[in-house]
Amino acid sequence: MLDQFLYGIEAAMNGLMTGIMYSLVALGFVLIFKASGVFNYAQGVMALFGAMTLVSIQKGQIPFYHLINATFGTDIKYFGWEVPALLAILLTVCVMILFAWLVERLLLKFLINQDPVILFMATIGLAYFMEGFGDLMWGSDLKVIDMAMPALGIPGLPQGGSLFIENATSGLGTDRFFGFFIDKLDITAAIIATMLVVVLTVFSQYSKTGRALRAVADDHQAAMSVGISLRTIWVIVWSIAGVVALVAGIMWGAKSGVQFSLSLITLKALPVLMLGGFTSIPGAIIGGMIIGVGEKVFEFIVSSSWFGDAMGFTMNATENWFAYVLALIFLVFRPQGLFGEKIIERV
Amino acid sequence: MLDTGDNTEVLLDVNNIEVIYSSVILVLKGVSLTLDKGGITALLGGNGAGKTTTLKAISNLLRAERGDVTKGSITYRGKPIDRLDPATLVKSGVIQVMEGRHVFEHLTVDENLMTGAYTRRDGKAAIKQSLDLVYNYFPRLKDRRKSLAGYTSGGEQQMVAIGRALMSNPETVLLDEPSMGLAPQLVEEIFGIVKNLNEVEGVSFLIAEQNTNVALRFAHKGFILESGRVVMEGPADELRENPDVKEFYLGMSDKGRKSFRDVRSYRRRKRWLS
Ligand SMILES: Nc1ncnc2c1ncn2[C@@H]1O[C@H](COP(=O)(O)OP(=O)(O)O)[C@@H](O)[C@H]1O
Ligand SMILES: [Mg+2]
Repeated sequence: MLDQFLYGIEAAMNGLMTGIMYSLVALGFVLIFKASGVFNYAQGVMALFGAMTLVSIQKGQIPFYHLINATFGTDIKYFGWEVPALLAILLTVCVMILFAWLVERLLLKFLINQDPVILFMATIGLAYFMEGFGDLMWGSDLKVIDMAMPALGIPGLPQGGSLFIENATSGLGTDRFFGFFIDKLDITAAIIATMLVVVLTVFSQYSKTGRALRAVADDHQAAMSVGISLRTIWVIVWSIAGVVALVAGIMWGAKSGVQFSLSLITLKALPVLMLGGFTSIPGAIIGGMIIGVGEKVFEFIVSSSWFGDAMGFTMNATENWFAYVLALIFLVFRPQGLFGEKIIERV
Repeated sequence: MLDTGDNTEVLLDVNNIEVIYSSVILVLKGVSLTLDKGGITALLGGNGAGKTTTLKAISNLLRAERGDVTKGSITYRGKPIDRLDPATLVKSGVIQVMEGRHVFEHLTVDENLMTGAYTRRDGKAAIKQSLDLVYNYFPRLKDRRKSLAGYTSGGEQQMVAIGRALMSNPETVLLDEPSMGLAPQLVEEIFGIVKNLNEVEGVSFLIAEQNTNVALRFAHKGFILESGRVVMEGPADELRENPDVKEFYLGMSDKGRKSFRDVRSYRRRKRWLS
């Protein structure tokens, strides 16, 4: 029984790591939703696009090579150089900022004051456009993330279970317990995600621009009245969301390759938002963790033999639907989410 | 602070403007008014007369509500400002305090005030000086500086809104219905502070008010708006002595019922007076 308990804890820890990734995607949603009232369906595609751009820049791939080849009958694909990971990340961040600027220029600017539904539909359009555009620009082949930074002595994103944790914990149970198996990539992702959240929090709490972001989130009109330009703020927020998406894209991409299915993490972020509340940054983070841990632990319990012995049945692949059912339950009993912003009653 | 000599400079000149919302709803049908440098102008009228629309036309917050100035001109210091965005206008010294106490509820009082300095480029020290000045004028806020603005009282929120505007170091403040929903004592307090700011700091105010009585006691000039038109204007003390104003806007009468323009608008005015 002790072993079972320990394996349960292991499942919870693994869930926590995945959950932090959910948090990261949900965070992108919350940032944009708070600042512009837009539910950005394209957040997942932004993660895919970011990761694709990064890998392609690293490999020195020529943008739109398909198109060029088709038009001029050439057969080119690479510039013939490789860009170091760090520089490629910086360049990709620039691309994401440029993208944010374009979204504001070509889309949001014209939709100020429209119904949220219209804005939402616009972002669906944006998602499909970006998906196609990403393929056109970089090709739709599966790409592999390689984050080696020799200059900093980093050989790449770590892979495989952490032996250290495994060895350190193997003595906890009986002979049949081999220690916690935790993926090093998950640990790295969790650390980076945590750092990102800390940086964002400090930025939003203590910088002038951060204060302006929060002001816009609270009251558009009043923010405009003190001379805060909504359009500038939107570019900033979409840029931040783009960078958050990029980080999520790198981590997920490192797990499963950079490919179309990456954009579907949007769908995993939805239940997180229902749980955490659409306007709460802590909600997104904790909501992601709850869902990550919840789905792993639930799966662990209902698929175990002792559950089968007690109940007469077991279930598998519950991870596919657990998050949605949990979110539905929340929708019924606590529609504003766990941390939905306190609605301040005026005195 | 109002210069009563011949050399009064007109800061703000609104000349016969027409405003249409959503391309179809005509709200202002030719409104003209002026604000002198160092002066307080009161823009009076009942609910729906068009006061807020006029202020927003000046501060250019109108476009965000799909409103548009379709005729007339607005100049500040002789230069047209119709096409400037609110941010540029704030930088040139004109800022609006919106009606209904639009504070940033989830920011502290301190942070609310600091957002007022968003457009300033004159350095931390100067901004700190303004902050001290604001706390000096609104000592109540100083005690609450760390509280979330959403949890402060109505009067304090109005003070936050005015203080926040002052943080932009303005020359002119467009103040929309500061008395709304506040107890008479608080209204006096706030108008007293406004008067002080005007006389000591030299800030000019254009104040939209339904509370004719209070507004005319503190203002130098008054314009009375009705259904999107200015129906009367003049120095504040003259307006206060005007029998029509007394009857319709100040709620006192010694000559029995009198028709100001027609009976229909009389009834309407009666309604918002009651
Ligand atoms: N955004 C808007 N769209 C359409 N009509 C509006 C809008 N805002 C105000 N109005 C109308 O314009 C008229 C004047 O409103 P307003 O300027 O707010 O008056 P006041 O501030 O004097 O109460 C009212 O009849 C109001 O219904
Ligand atoms: Mg009004």
